[in-house]
Amino acid sequence: MKSKPHRIEQLHQQYIGSLLREKRIVRTYQFFIFAFFFALWELSSWLEWIDPLIFSSPSKIVELLISKIQDGSIFTHIGFTVFETILGFILGTLSGTLLAAFLWWSPLASKVLDPYLVILNAMPKVALGPILIVALGPGFTSIIAMGAIISVIITTIVVYTSFKEVDPNYIKVLKTFGASRYVCFKEAILPASFPTIISTLKVNVGLSWVGVIVGEFLVSQQGLGYLIIYGFQVFNFGLVLMSLLIIAIFATIMYQLVEYLERKIIKSSN
Amino acid sequence: MSFLSIQHVSHTYFTKKTAKTALSGISLDVEEGRFLSFLGPSGCGKTTLLSIIAGLLEPSSGEVLVEGRPIREAQEPMIGYMLQQDYLFPWKTIEENILLGLRILKKDNELSRRKTFKLLKEIGLEGTEKQYPKQLSGGMKQRIALVRTLAAEPKLLLLDEPFSALDFQTKLKLEDLVSATLKSFSKTAILVTHDIGEAIAMSDTIFLFSTNPGRIYKQIDVPEVLRNLTPFNARAHPEYSSLFQTVWKELENLEKQTPSY
Repeated sequence: MKSKPHRIEQLHQQYIGSLLREKRIVRTYQFFIFAFFFALWELSSWLEWIDPLIFSSPSKIVELLISKIQDGSIFTHIGFTVFETILGFILGTLSGTLLAAFLWWSPLASKVLDPYLVILNAMPKVALGPILIVALGPGFTSIIAMGAIISVIITTIVVYTSFKEVDPNYIKVLKTFGASRYVCFKEAILPASFPTIISTLKVNVGLSWVGVIVGEFLVSQQGLGYLIIYGFQVFNFGLVLMSLLIIAIFATIMYQLVEYLERKIIKSSN
Repeated sequence: MSFLSIQHVSHTYFTKKTAKTALSGISLDVEEGRFLSFLGPSGCGKTTLLSIIAGLLEPSSGEVLVEGRPIREAQEPMIGYMLQQDYLFPWKTIEENILLGLRILKKDNELSRRKTFKLLKEIGLEGTEKQYPKQLSGGMKQRIALVRTLAAEPKLLLLDEPFSALDFQTKLKLEDLVSATLKSFSKTAILVTHDIGEAIAMSDTIFLFSTNPGRIYKQIDVPEVLRNLTPFNARAHPEYSSLFQTVWKELENLEKQTPSY
């Protein structure tokens, strides 16, 4: 009799052990891919299997990064781009959600605006860049506008769809209490759509980076996008690749933050 | 003057190609404190009629009067509505859910709060205030939904198959609970169901509905003996079986008359 719970305990330990083992295997492979990629890059650049002028090498990039850190210039560039991206991201998501709320509020407006939304969504937003620059001036306003405009329409469409798909019985419950349209929106429509809004945030993180980098290609004197285009112009591809790596790191951090936010919100709503 | 008066209500749903009459010429009067059932096959417009009585839907013609005044002109909502499912808001705690009606009606004060929590206690779910709906079972959630509905102190309660999504045992228990609660507050109630037994066990009067278009086909009064019993005990009474047979036959006749169904 006494050995039975002991047996279960043992099996449970085994199960936890197998989970840990699996995790260790995954991590090991991930590390090897990472190390292999950079080692191969370094080696092939060293042995000139690839053109070191175009593809640079990890050691040179690190060297460059250290010098940029020492003179402090890299921080201005990073700060500039991250600031623009965060602002563009927030603006795009917020105005997209507000637009979606307006469409939900006025069924007539949503019918009228439907074809325009389809056209605007289909159009490549970065093509608007030159117009934005002329209209808003060649400064960071137009770059932020690029970061925002690239995500606003798709946010509107996705969030509006989720507003419409909220179970009408929730509205029925509220209406029997005499709730106004505003109360229905606040109590049912918006909170029920939070998971969708969060998942559009994840998409928008990536989109805003695209918008801002393209914006910086076009006008900027500062920022990571500027470094890329500058490196390209002076044929310093080490600079281009370094900027690319920094962008990858910061985009990942932003994405992780949104995921953290998602876990927080979903946890409290469930 | 009766408490609720439905006068010549008809309703037609329009689509581009069709005009489907869901209800035609419904007239009935309900005295205060009575329990009615609308019984009929699906598609007979029972839910449409409830929405009209609740004032959520304007009928194509006819009128619904509560205490002599049109329902849509009522100063404050006096209808409580319970649906097939609980429709508790999953992101709100039980406390927030049951106080929702009061908050919207701007009647959220110390007294009404205390009444609501007392109701929660009476219904046997004290201590769940800080939990989320997901943590409770289906029957518990439906009981919370009942508290939410009653908290706003409606004069008329509309029950749209509120037990249909529950397992049989829970359903029987809830029938007793709802019946006792409504009796103690002497609320008027209308139950929509397609369960003959439930209609007999719970109500004072049963209205049989025919389909295409929805009409009142027959009115059946439940005998006094059954009315005075709890739904569970009513089901065990000999009168119950004979009434069940009667209703069953009526429904079969009804089916014969509408061969399209």
